[in-house]
Amino acid sequence: MNKLLELFLTFVKIGAFTFGGGYAMISIIEDNCVEKKKWITHDEMMDITVIAESTPGPIAINCATFVGHKIAGLAGAVCATLGVVLPSFLIIFVISSFLDNFLEIEIIAKAFYGIKVAVGVLILDAGIKMFKKMSKKIFPRVIMALSCITMFFVQMFAIKFSAISLMLIAGAVGLVAFLIQGRKKEVSVE
Amino acid sequence: MIYLELLVAFLQVGLFSFGGAYGAIPLIRDVVLSNGWMDEEMLTYMIAVSESTPGPIMVNLATYVGNTQGGILGAIVATTGVVLPSFIIISIITVLLKNVVKNPFFQAVLRGLKPCVIGIILATGLYMIVSTCTVIEESIKLDLRAGIILVLLIGIKSVYRQVTKKKFSSIMLILLSAIVGVVVLSMI
Repeated sequence: MNKLLELFLTFVKIGAFTFGGGYAMISIIEDNCVEKKKWITHDEMMDITVIAESTPGPIAINCATFVGHKIAGLAGAVCATLGVVLPSFLIIFVISSFLDNFLEIEIIAKAFYGIKVAVGVLILDAGIKMFKKMSKKIFPRVIMALSCITMFFVQMFAIKFSAISLMLIAGAVGLVAFLIQGRKKEVSVE
Repeated sequence: MIYLELLVAFLQVGLFSFGGAYGAIPLIRDVVLSNGWMDEEMLTYMIAVSESTPGPIMVNLATYVGNTQGGILGAIVATTGVVLPSFIIISIITVLLKNVVKNPFFQAVLRGLKPCVIGIILATGLYMIVSTCTVIEESIKLDLRAGIILVLLIGIKSVYRQVTKKKFSSIMLILLSAIVGVVVLSMI
């Protein structure tokens, strides 16, 4: 079969059957691309997981682009990425066209009232899970606590300050801390 | 023009969403609420729908926001915007700069950025819980029904984890909350 078509179809399948996004997708991608198709090795899969964690964007897209490039260059990357996006695009497109009407049904509105409460719990859960895996050192903990407090008040009082600005500041703080540390080490060596 | 606004907004989301889907939710809230594209309530519903349908959550949310603001073309533009930054970055890394990720300066930036993302996610979750469980009239009051639902959800979830030692998945929590919502709102 044509390589590009095969890439596209494999990633359509991955996009259509992985719920929950993110890390759930990594194991499905590993199953398909490492075990079944042998497109990439297990080590390459580990590499891409590390890269995906250090770069922005949906993890599934990062993996699809990487595998596509390996197999068939830029055209391959485009096919794999399109494939992984297409199912969710179509499904959400259909749902968003009738969600408003759907919400007018009384029992659905009641169900969504409950769901609204669950979404906050889900997001807080995800944050707690990441917090538990985080490094236990003082520096990251202080940055985390300050970011959390700042962001909470920004949202509470609807202050015009975006999460992106906060992230840029934190990134800069990380860089400055690294440079200061480097200088200290140089001094102590002298 | 709405298409350009959608593209710019979702390029930003795609470019700054470190830490996966949950890292993107606060950014999407920012652009959607500040542009007045959707109210808090619809956005919350849509996060739940994105969580319960297959595919990357960011793509789901981009498609939804794009479609409500600019039809099919809007959906395509927003989805392209959220995907493009990671596509370009990964392409550059695989073809040219295999070692950029190990660069000490880049790692230093990440050391500041990653804990910040965790803080933002925690704040967003906390704020969403507080805002769904309170009503602001003259003063801030507790919304009794939402409060009861919250207590029930957390209670059932922790009992389940204690008894079965298994994880309570996101989809299970959403299903449970739908049932609890119908029961509580029918009774009170």
